[in-house]
Amino acid sequence: MSKFTKNLKYYIPVLVFGFCVGSIITNFIPGIILSKNIWEYLKNLLLLLPPVFILIGLFEVWIPQSTIEKHFGESHGISAWLWLILLSTTIVGGLYVSLPLAYALWNKGTRMRLVFAFLGFSTICRIPMTFFEASFLGIKFTLIRYLIAIPLVILFSVILEKINRKPITPNPQNT
Amino acid sequence: MQYLYPAALILLIISALANKKKTIKALSSAAKKFLNILPSFLTMIALLGIFTLIIPIESVGDILSQHTNWLGLLIALFVGSIVFVPGFIAYPLSAVLLQKGVPYYIIAGFTTCLMLVGFASLPVEITYFGKKIAITRNIAGFIIALIISLIVGIIYREF
Repeated sequence: MSKFTKNLKYYIPVLVFGFCVGSIITNFIPGIILSKNIWEYLKNLLLLLPPVFILIGLFEVWIPQSTIEKHFGESHGISAWLWLILLSTTIVGGLYVSLPLAYALWNKGTRMRLVFAFLGFSTICRIPMTFFEASFLGIKFTLIRYLIAIPLVILFSVILEKINRKPITPNPQNT
Repeated sequence: MQYLYPAALILLIISALANKKKTIKALSSAAKKFLNILPSFLTMIALLGIFTLIIPIESVGDILSQHTNWLGLLIALFVGSIVFVPGFIAYPLSAVLLQKGVPYYIIAGFTTCLMLVGFASLPVEITYFGKKIAITRNIAGFIIALIISLIVGIIYREF
């Protein structure tokens, strides 16, 4: 990655947040709407993420790498998929909660395809969301969606692992 | 979300009772990880703010009910990939759209993309997993949503 794209994650928030502050000072209406949107997202995120990272921290120190490698590593069994589905259904929030969790699993030696599967299952098989879906769109819809989605997520996890075969070690910068 | 804090707190207490040193290590590692990824999360929020300005959540329903055909499906997949609508808004909205005559397959495509594909969360995903993994995973999510949508359409005899 070039230096510029690497630093984009600093430029974009600084620019946008600066624009928000400027808009509030100069009473620029679209900028104020933008500030309100951002504030809502920021509030949600700062409320949701701390316990997620505490759980990740505890996971890091208490669960030995060998345990994860044995059950979710290169030579995992079929049961690993089932455990993963069970674990995923309890996840709350969206991708932005699943991503740090998936990374923690990866970091501990979880095989790439199971990490992909976790990201898939945790976003489309969450229990609280499922109840919502079934009550508004019908149980039939939810059942059909599950029966199609689970095999598809597994299939695509295997494909994605094959595509991303080469550098599959976690980025040491984030550890 | 309601059980996230109690769960973290209970486990933290158990951990502290078992081993104080390890617990402090866990907390400092949690804080470090959080601070490391924070710029990417802030980028995500900035992008979400901009997307919401372009496509306000209130207008998603209007956008999705405009076309109830193939074009509508494509629009639903793209809108679902870009916007962030929590489930407790997305499903009631979907029920309203169904009543308005939007077919099930469009709803299925929209809700699946909404959850599985995240254009705004790409900065976070790239920081964790690198460009290639992040982009291929999101493309795969889009294809999965498309396949789910097509099968739902066949089962509900909407084609």
